[in-house]
Amino acid sequence: MRKACLDMVHALARRDPRVVYIGSDPGPGTLDRMRKELPRQFFIEGISEAHVIGMSAGMAFEGHVPYVNTIATFITRRCFEQVAVDLCLHALPVRLIGNGGGLVYAPLGPTHVAMEDIAIMRALPGMTIVCPTDAPEMNRFMERTLDWPHPIYIRLGKGGDPVTSRPEEGFEIGKAIVKRDPGRVLIATTGIMVHHVLGAAKLLAERGIACGVAHFHTVKPLDADALADLAAGVEAVVTVEEHTRIGGLGSAVLECLADRLRAPKPVLRLGLPDKFTHNYGSQDGLIKHYGLDAPGIAAAIEAYVAQPAALQRSLEPI
Amino acid sequence: MTSAALDINTATPPLDARSKALRRMVVESVVAAGRGHLGPALSLVEILRVLYDDILRVRPREPRWPERDRCILSKGHGCLALYAVLADKGFFPPDVLATFCAHDSILGGHPEHGMIPGVEASTGALGHGLSIGVGMAIANRLRRSAARVFVVLGDGELDEGAVWEAAMGASKHRLDNLTAIVDYNKFQSYGPTSVVLELEPLLDKWRSFGFAADEVDGHDVDALRDKLRAVPFAAGRPSALVCHTVKGKGVPDAENNADWHHKNKLSAAELASIRAVLGGA
Repeated sequence: MRKACLDMVHALARRDPRVVYIGSDPGPGTLDRMRKELPRQFFIEGISEAHVIGMSAGMAFEGHVPYVNTIATFITRRCFEQVAVDLCLHALPVRLIGNGGGLVYAPLGPTHVAMEDIAIMRALPGMTIVCPTDAPEMNRFMERTLDWPHPIYIRLGKGGDPVTSRPEEGFEIGKAIVKRDPGRVLIATTGIMVHHVLGAAKLLAERGIACGVAHFHTVKPLDADALADLAAGVEAVVTVEEHTRIGGLGSAVLECLADRLRAPKPVLRLGLPDKFTHNYGSQDGLIKHYGLDAPGIAAAIEAYVAQPAALQRSLEPI
Repeated sequence: MTSAALDINTATPPLDARSKALRRMVVESVVAAGRGHLGPALSLVEILRVLYDDILRVRPREPRWPERDRCILSKGHGCLALYAVLADKGFFPPDVLATFCAHDSILGGHPEHGMIPGVEASTGALGHGLSIGVGMAIANRLRRSAARVFVVLGDGELDEGAVWEAAMGASKHRLDNLTAIVDYNKFQSYGPTSVVLELEPLLDKWRSFGFAADEVDGHDVDALRDKLRAVPFAAGRPSALVCHTVKGKGVPDAENNADWHHKNKLSAAELASIRAVLGGA
């Protein structure tokens, strides 16, 4: 997914001279072909995220569409005011490529684990947040970024992410993709968690619990119409995300359902606890550790459907 | 030449009628709103006056003319001086100044792009303008435009690390179409910059970051004009002009007085005293 994203920046830059790539201090050789082929559209500006965001704003003021690439925690935490003021206040079409969204950088520890990046970005007026699920979907999404008139935060997976998307699903920013039609339960998820959620839905189907799955690749603006329609006919909604339970997709779903549905709907939010990670290993290892792999999700949903009140009490309060 | 070589308190020529008229516009905006950053605006008047009178290629009736020079007031809290100059130059009618900070006004306590003709970027959070200016300067060079970029910074603002990130970037890209102008009034909100966070040796700092740097009496209109007409100071390098100014310049009670950084109600006595110095009704 990461390579697909950067290769698409190159492809878009070939096609459209407005496109520029701005990296802070990526790995050696990153987008080397673009650097050689389109040097006037290729910038490496150093470990200076605050400046890089301001510079991208200045270029966007002049008509460019900058794609800024660095690590997800740095592009959200380090330069928040520049993102808020320089990009969102001016509604400039800068694309923020957050490498290692969620638990990708598990072995590098809590400074690099982007557990609250979506919450940070969601708070900003005018920010669009997109979490593609795999490389082919990233390609389809990137085609849509060229003329989207707002800043976009792009949450990248690790690379080599399992492919669950299909070409016929297409891609429209702000439009959810239904992966399985709703049964008793609707599972709303985003990004690479689609793969784990589809696995969970399969396990649950074998246990007699029919679950629909919807991929809200665009966490903001959330596809409220699709969510309200899908949620109206189910017993419960479950959200699954590789993100703290504060402020991410689960919060967006709760807010939307509270606004849209007249009758309360049980909602189970599965995600990361409100704590920094202190384990290392791998992304998959941490996903399993937090019960967000297919068996963990299936077990949580099975228990919730059987005894929703009991499970609610077992989740830590926020 | 070191900064101390310029003695602005004794050598500055007296304010001429135009400088006094612009200051009256600043003061009357504060009177109308009952608030405003007075001191930081009064130190800026000659810098902005010279920029808009003699340096910037701009079209007040066509504020988005693509070939215009870009001027960013990075110290957005100095906006009262910018508003006075923009109104005086015809970017918007002068009577709009009386709406400063009113609910429906285009003129807020910090300047907003998209609201005010001639304002290139919304500023107010400090340390943002130079990076935006770097991006604009790179973009203008890419499209082979002769448009130049001027960024006016406060001295307190130089505490922000992002300014120096931007300075390194400007130098790396050899942006001789970019000029940083520092309103060095030696005061920030709490008190003297030398107490809060020492900036000296300031010229050496800019030079060590790759700028061709010079300094000037920031209230001497002729000297300012000469210096700004000379940019870029060196081919292939961004320019920095450190302007030695007096916070609250032109209003004796406000001069070098941190209490006048942000002024709420002006008393009748204060107003009478100001009008006695600056003239006007």
